[in-house]
Order: sequence, then C-alpha cells, then structure tokens
Amino acid sequence: MTDAGDDAPLSTKKDGHSSQDAASLGLEARGGDLLARSVTINRPKAELYRFWRDFSNLPKIMDNIVRIDVIDQQTSHWVVKGPGGKEVEWDATITQDLPDEAIAWASKDASDISNSGRIEFRDAGLRGTVVTATILYDAPAGLVGKAIAKLSQREPGIQARRDLRRFKQLMETGEIATNARTRKQHEEEMA
Amino acid sequence: MRALAWHGKHDVRVDTVDDPEIVNPRDAIIKVTSTAICGSDLHLYDGYIPTMKAGDILGHEFMGEVVETGPESTLKKGQRVVVPFTISCGSCYHCGKQQYSACDNGNPADNQDIAQELYGQPMSGLFGYSHMTGGYAGGQAEYVRVPFSDVGPIVVPDGVEDDKVLFLSDILPTGWQAAEYAEIEPGDTVAVWGCGPVGLFSVQSAFLMGAERVIAIDHFPHRLELAKKFGAETINFEETKTYEALMEMTGGIGPDAVIDAVGLEAHGFFVDNVIDQIKASLFLGTDRPHSIRQAIIACRKGGRVSMPAVYGGFVDKFPLGAFMEKGLTLKTGQTHVQRYLPGLLNAIMEGKIDTTFLISHRLPLSQGPDGYRMFHDKQNEVTKIVLKPDMDRVAT
Repeated sequence: MTDAGDDAPLSTKKDGHSSQDAASLGLEARGGDLLARSVTINRPKAELYRFWRDFSNLPKIMDNIVRIDVIDQQTSHWVVKGPGGKEVEWDATITQDLPDEAIAWASKDASDISNSGRIEFRDAGLRGTVVTATILYDAPAGLVGKAIAKLSQREPGIQARRDLRRFKQLMETGEIATNARTRKQHEEEMA
Repeated sequence: MRALAWHGKHDVRVDTVDDPEIVNPRDAIIKVTSTAICGSDLHLYDGYIPTMKAGDILGHEFMGEVVETGPESTLKKGQRVVVPFTISCGSCYHCGKQQYSACDNGNPADNQDIAQELYGQPMSGLFGYSHMTGGYAGGQAEYVRVPFSDVGPIVVPDGVEDDKVLFLSDILPTGWQAAEYAEIEPGDTVAVWGCGPVGLFSVQSAFLMGAERVIAIDHFPHRLELAKKFGAETINFEETKTYEALMEMTGGIGPDAVIDAVGLEAHGFFVDNVIDQIKASLFLGTDRPHSIRQAIIACRKGGRVSMPAVYGGFVDKFPLGAFMEKGLTLKTGQTHVQRYLPGLLNAIMEGKIDTTFLISHRLPLSQGPDGYRMFHDKQNEVTKIVLKPDMDRVAT
C-alpha cells in the first residue's frame, strides 16, 4: 500500500485489496476475494483454539459444510454445498499452527475451489476472546456465481457471519439456538 | 396440541399442531395455564410486523407448569413458572451485565441478519413475535418449548394465583423499568403518556419509587379511571390541551420526568416501508410519534425522558433542538425482564403491587380468535384478556 493509510483492517477498505496483502494477513494467496469477520466470544482462547484445531468439529457450526474428513495432522478433505445444490470438494493443508493463537489453512493446488483461510484468537480480557476469521477465495463462476450464491444465502459474507454466531453460541451456551419446536423439525433444519 | 396461529391480517385461528419437544439440552416444556394477549400482539393481528409466516404460533405473555426438562435445565417437573418474553442465554457478555434483551445468543444465527442490517447489532430472541426476533413458537398454546430454561423462567410458590403473577412475563417489568429509567427523586412530578398496561404499571411503579405526583395522559375514560385509582392526576387529551395543562399543573416548570408509554405500542421492529404503510392506511399513524415529541417539549429543563414505547424505524421531526438545549437525558430499550423478576415477585407476595385489576376478560384458549377481535375493537372496555387452556380441558 502506498497511501499513509489508517488503522482499519484491510478487509474493510473501500478499494479492495491487492494480492500482495495475503502474506501480510498470514494467508496463502488463493483467490481474489478477501473476507474477514470478527466476533467476541466469552470463553478463554485456548478452549476456542482446541475446538477449531479439530476440523471435524467445524460442520457443527458451518451450515454449508457437509463434512470434513481429517486425514492426518496437516491434511483434511472438505465437502461443501455449493451454489445450485451441487457439492464441491477439495483437500486442504494446514499452513500455520500457533497453539492458542491462530490456525491457517489452504486448498491444495488443482482444487475445485481455490481458497485459504485463517482463524485468529486474541485475548480480550473480561470480554473473553476476539476471534477473527479471514478467508481468501475465488467466487465460483465469477460475478454471476456470486449473485447466485447470494440468492441461495450461501454468499460467503453472510455465511461467515452466521457460522461465527453459531461458533459463539456453542462455546458460550453449550448449544446452538434453534426455533424448532420438535426434534423432527430440528433434524430437517440441520439437513 | 391446540395453539393460536397467525394466518394473515385479522386472521388468527385455533390450529392443531404437533406437541413441542425437548430439542436442546437447556430446554424445558411448559404446560400453559395462563397466557395473555398483549397490545403488541395487535400489531401482528393488524399485519404491520414483517417476517410473520402463516401458521406462526402467537403469544409472549405466559406461565404454566413444567412437564419436561432437558438434561441441562435447572427446573423440576411440577414447578409453576412465569416465562419472560425475552429469550436470553445467561452466558454472553450482555447477559453478564444483566442486559438480557441485548443477549447475543437467544436469537438463532440465521434469524439475526435482519436486525443486524437494521440496527447494527442483533437483539435477543422473543417468543411468538415474527422471524426477525427468532421465529420461536409462542405461549398462546397448550404447551411451549422454552429454550435456556435455566435462565429465564421464575418459579412461583404454590398457592399464588396465576392472575397475580402472570404479568411478570412482560408488562409489569416493562412498566417498572420505565419508572426506573425516569430516575425519580423524592418530590418529583412524573408525567406518563398512555394508560395501557405498561403506562398503568409505570404509574404504580413511579409512586413506589417516591414520586410525589404522577400525571397520566390518555383519551380512554376507563383507562384514565384506572390510573386515578393509583392516585394519579389525569389529562384527557381529547378534551384538554396537554402542554398547557402540564405547565399549569406544575407551576410553569414542567414535569421532572416524562414517560412515553404510547409509541408504536409494539415489541416489534418496524421497518420504514411498514411505517409508511401505517401512515398511508391509518390517519392515526402519523400522529403516534407525537407522544415522544410532546413529552420532550413538556419536560422540565435538565429532566429525564424514559421511553418504554417501542419505535422500530425512523421518526420524523424529532425535537432534537429542545432535547439538546434543555439538557435532557433519554433512557429506553426493550425490557431486561430477568433482571427485575425476583424483586417484583417479592413485591407481589408482600402485597405492594397488585396487577389483577387490569384483567377485564378471562377466556378459554379456544376462544382466542374472538379475544383478538374484542381487544382490537374495544380498547376502552377491554384492558386485558387472559386465555386459560384449562377452561377448555374442563369443558371437554
């Protein structure tokens, strides 16, 4: 960046970001769209890190993930609901692991959807932990794909915000809030 | 079970639906013994609240008996409980500060989007009040699933009638919080706009908090009569110039604190187009934000404005100049119900607060649709309708 700049995060810039920014965020360069969302969770950061480090936990809070198979300490296989009901899959590797601080991952080359992400946990004193998720991705099929994704509410910005709310609910309250009146309704919602 | 369900404007039906079940560990199932129709339910009835869906079960003022508990509930079967209308988790930062209606987690993740867009941050969930506030099934039913049952419901002792404690669910703590927000000092004169249930409970609470005089303003003679019973002086705004009367009654000073219990009368969240719709379809609509304008103009210099009345969108011609120049303070917000329950239950048990005067009608749940019609058409005579599912159970 050439301007003097302010102190706001890169993801909130009106002019977008350059591909060189990925490295400064601790991410592998995987795509042109940058997205970051923060949430404050009233739990210690070590506990939040432990939950996240086991990627097989993530489908509990992420609506559009069908499943994540943990292959070994570094590698996992992601199956995700894409726009138009079609499933997309890729393998991801952990690119950074700072216990209790941050985890970063990136899709392996030749994946359906190129993407990388990082989750960071910062101590927030009496308020608990500030959790920041940062994602770099290429929207499927460019702008049209993004529009379709938005319609099906799988637009990454909306999705990320909802997923972090569920993460917060599960960590703070031990459950994920639902308005389902019966267990059958609840199962249908989760499907 | 049977439940009152919303099907559209002026269309409330008794539907038969599946009984609720324990879904999450902290849930409890309550068998409803009493449930009231709230003034804010009329806004659902009139079709003003967006994000309602046909079949939504209504009701956010209810109490009953615990019949089933999840593994993490602290309630026991057989206990009688009153349930707050706000659904709060008890574990987030806001609940920790007793700001229960600002709970981060009571509203399901997907339902929070609209409030986040409209207000900047989402608020807690509510029972039976549209999908924007969670889409939770309400209490005008035989049974209700109560989430976070270890935080919300308050256990009431056996032998205390439902009618004495039912209003702990919403309108009594709402009126109490309104008076608390008026920061009443001994010798103060407090003016209350609106003598619906919240206004009347504000009158009662203001006296308990040491107000010397309370002036109640409305246009329904019966409601003004009720305010008078608590010792309030009254102004009928259809017969009297309210500002002139308030100035004369306070020796030209103005009331020390003013409470707006009119507003849009809703717990709901109006968006702009809905407000426009009201303005277009109801000539009263444009007049309604008038109560807060008038309250600000009448309030004495350096006084306090308390606003339990709900506003959801934007208000035109807010007297910002008067507000600033006179150095007023405004406190407002949805009620942090759980914060007030133990104290108010005590006050009821000690006979300091009686709320039963408000109830004008008791009906079986199955007559709920008639109840909505009556409440809607006759606001002078019908002050509060309580529905009793047991009246149906006895009949059958």
